[in-house]
Amino acid sequence: MPELHFPWIEIAILLPLLGAGWVARIRDPISARRHCLVFATLAFMSAAAEAQDFYSLNIHQATDHWHLMTKFIGRELFAIDELSAPLVPLTALLYLLTALATLQTKVPRFSFSTMLVGESLALALFSAMDPWIVISLLIASSIPPSFELHRRGRPTRLYVLSMSLSSIMLVWGWYLVDAGGRHPQSLWLLVPLLVGVSIRCGIFPFQTWLSDLYENATFGTALLMSTPLAGAYAALRLIVPYAPDSALRWLGLGSLLTAVLASALSMVQKDARRFFCCMVISHTAMVLIGLEVATPIGLTGALCVWLSAGLSLGGFGLTLRALEARRGRLKLTHFQGLYDHAPALAICFLLTGLGCVGFPGTIGFIGTEMLIDGAVEAYPHVGPLIVIATTFNGIAILRAYFLLFTGTRYSSSVSLKIGGRERIAVLTLAALVLGGGLIPQPGVSTAFHAAQELLKERDARFPTTATEHHAAKSTVRDQAASEMSSHRPRNAVPR
Amino acid sequence: MTWFTILGLITVASPAILVAVLGISSIIDHPLSERWISRLVQTAMITGLLASIGVLALMLDNDDRRVPIEMGHWVILSDHGDVSPSELTRADHAHDALFHFSFKFEFDRLSVPFVILTFILCGTIGAFAEKYMHREAGYNRFFMLYAIFVLGMVVTSLAGTIETLFTGWELVGLSSTLLVAFFQERQNPCRNGLRVWIVYRLSDCGLLMAALLLHHLSGQGDFDSLMGAGAWPEGVATLPAAQAFTVGLLLLIAVAGKSALIPFSGWLPRAMEGPTPSSAVFYGALSVHLGAYLLLRASPILALSPALCVLVVALGLSTALFAAFTGRVQADIKSALSFASLTQVGFIVAEIGFLAWLGQRWAQPTLLYIPLIHILGHACARTLQFVRAPTLLHDYRVLENAIGGRLTFVPPRWSSALPRSWRNWLYRLALHRGNLDAILQKYIVDPLVFSLRWCDGFDRWVTQRVNGQSNDSGDDGN
Repeated sequence: MPELHFPWIEIAILLPLLGAGWVARIRDPISARRHCLVFATLAFMSAAAEAQDFYSLNIHQATDHWHLMTKFIGRELFAIDELSAPLVPLTALLYLLTALATLQTKVPRFSFSTMLVGESLALALFSAMDPWIVISLLIASSIPPSFELHRRGRPTRLYVLSMSLSSIMLVWGWYLVDAGGRHPQSLWLLVPLLVGVSIRCGIFPFQTWLSDLYENATFGTALLMSTPLAGAYAALRLIVPYAPDSALRWLGLGSLLTAVLASALSMVQKDARRFFCCMVISHTAMVLIGLEVATPIGLTGALCVWLSAGLSLGGFGLTLRALEARRGRLKLTHFQGLYDHAPALAICFLLTGLGCVGFPGTIGFIGTEMLIDGAVEAYPHVGPLIVIATTFNGIAILRAYFLLFTGTRYSSSVSLKIGGRERIAVLTLAALVLGGGLIPQPGVSTAFHAAQELLKERDARFPTTATEHHAAKSTVRDQAASEMSSHRPRNAVPR
Repeated sequence: MTWFTILGLITVASPAILVAVLGISSIIDHPLSERWISRLVQTAMITGLLASIGVLALMLDNDDRRVPIEMGHWVILSDHGDVSPSELTRADHAHDALFHFSFKFEFDRLSVPFVILTFILCGTIGAFAEKYMHREAGYNRFFMLYAIFVLGMVVTSLAGTIETLFTGWELVGLSSTLLVAFFQERQNPCRNGLRVWIVYRLSDCGLLMAALLLHHLSGQGDFDSLMGAGAWPEGVATLPAAQAFTVGLLLLIAVAGKSALIPFSGWLPRAMEGPTPSSAVFYGALSVHLGAYLLLRASPILALSPALCVLVVALGLSTALFAAFTGRVQADIKSALSFASLTQVGFIVAEIGFLAWLGQRWAQPTLLYIPLIHILGHACARTLQFVRAPTLLHDYRVLENAIGGRLTFVPPRWSSALPRSWRNWLYRLALHRGNLDAILQKYIVDPLVFSLRWCDGFDRWVTQRVNGQSNDSGDDGN
């Protein structure tokens, strides 16, 4: 397999791990944040260099240079391909900005060393291709939040039960698939794996643990646990290449139902965290729909929405977190009128929120269009429901905006203005949301290549799938074209 | 690059640059001074207007009836490998593409008058608002939203593909919503803004689904391929009647939402909570006619389906009747004007449905110029009425002084022929705006919210049962 020019992958994974050990020894929380920022910045730079190095090689997959870990462990653990190349820097950026935007008053509550452990695990997860390693890292990354819940004296039972069940199902499910030569013929063999991934993604009826996590963990932890969409990555590596169309179809329908339900629920939430949680579930489900339609356009749309949702939801979540740090838990039951105090936050809230719902000119626009196109092609009768889901999400965003920022004049004796670090964080994300929307071709092309590679892998296992999709598509087009030409009026005005 | 392309680009770029300048200054929290904003707005409006008039002059001079300006592909995906930046600007690449999203503007006899109208009315209102909004706390915000609105209107008017149209359409919707809630320290404008947004978003579903359907039927979203060859209004669509009916029906949902047709009429008087200049230009003049504009653009599709034409006429006439009936009892001038505006919009929509059918039957598509002229005239007249609305009492006094007596209102003779109880019932019905909002609230919104709250409550109950304790213990978060 081709190699990168430098061991970027391992450096990006090891740096935060090293940083976690370093930061854990520092008692002063302000100093701990400063050191955490250094390690998070270095990890982000390595991740960005890794992606840049990979794209410059113009190949489909690459491993690290020198193979440092391989020498110790004896096997290749990590690699980068077109699917993971954008996800690794995105994840590192989200962690960096979360650390950067943590207000000084909230620093003592937030464990920076745990955050760095989480970052290391997340970067390792997105660099892993082997299913057993993916499953191990998914399980490992679900452990730190339970310690935090326990430390904060919050209930852990639902979270631990859900994660344990998900882990068991993933291990059992992959064992069955692996034992069957990774070519499962029966849908039943895939059921444990589908359940495990569904729990991790919060697909209906397994969504409860995520809202529980948002209510009980710190916002930062919940945000970082959910916004890089690790569950979707599990679906991408464990299900999409190996599951037959029938299994994908069932998971797709479940995801469609979840997307609509979660978006509808986001419109009536009375608590800002639960509202955000519904948005996350809805977007994860939308990404899964795209992954499961397994057509070039649908898959490309899903990957684009994944990136846009990661960025937009990340920015949106950080804005909410910044507001919460000023006002405490935010209720969506009455108008709060915070616009005059924090106009920059209001603008970022609106921008990133609209980016989430694929508003024209934002990063999510093209991805959402492609996703809808793919979903309608795959499910002509229920596919249009995804349009309803984006509509509901759009309504929920504006409702939250009006309730939080308008409707009254909030008076406060202290300044609630946005701080310098927070401004950098939210402006960076807002710039990416707008920049990706105005110049979408590079991002979409990358996602398209990744989708093609994934479909090639899938076609090798299920050779009829691609042929059927192409045939179905051309038949629909041909039928429409022939109907249109047969109905062309004779007195048509010539061009 | 031809003169057409240069002038066309300037037409679109002038509001886009205005949005960029005002947007960047807002987002970095360094808003421009009133003086600078005013100068920028004037420059952008005058430049855009002159460029669009220049396009018109060139079209008349060259006897061109349709000038498409390709901006290249925003996104193009091809099975044949990577697309180079130069290929992004090539239109012919689209035929081999698996997916493409192109920006194309079309100057023709429908779009040019509409875009000129946009620049004239927005320029006038911009000049009016400079004084009207002077020293208002949200001066910068007002003009930021105003700039987004102008950009949305220009993009929608000139759109040559349904994707481009959707982009402009959404920009108009967002800016309108935020301007309705402009006085954001009060609750009512915000509630009404949200209601406007809900109606817009739901009706936009129709436009998005129509766009999807058209894509699936023809593989692309160009109006050329959908509406047939030939410049507007002579284009002939090539869809089968059944598909034309479906597409038209979806477009009609979008039209009904944007132009406040029945059953979505309730948002129009609520939108009057915004500042008078925005009410004038949005809900009296431009925004409310955008639905009619879309119908005119889609008139070749209408012409293919008589059933669709009947539906459009029925919707237009019923809206006109409803608005005329309701507008008679409105107690404030802006609401009365909004319903008067809606009455005319209803007539315009009915005209489009009827004349699209008649034009097809008599092979006289030029009949569609009638509703276009109706739109242009009505928009100008109504803008004048709206900007005069704040001085209505003064105007009445001047009028009464001139005639030397009180202005009197004589009720129509037929009304006294009705029994008093009927009159009272009709009055109450009109005052409650036909109970349209109440019906939608009772039979659609309330059951939906109730069931969603129940689902949410169930989710909380499950969490509580499993955890053995409630999550409502409060936390100041992090």
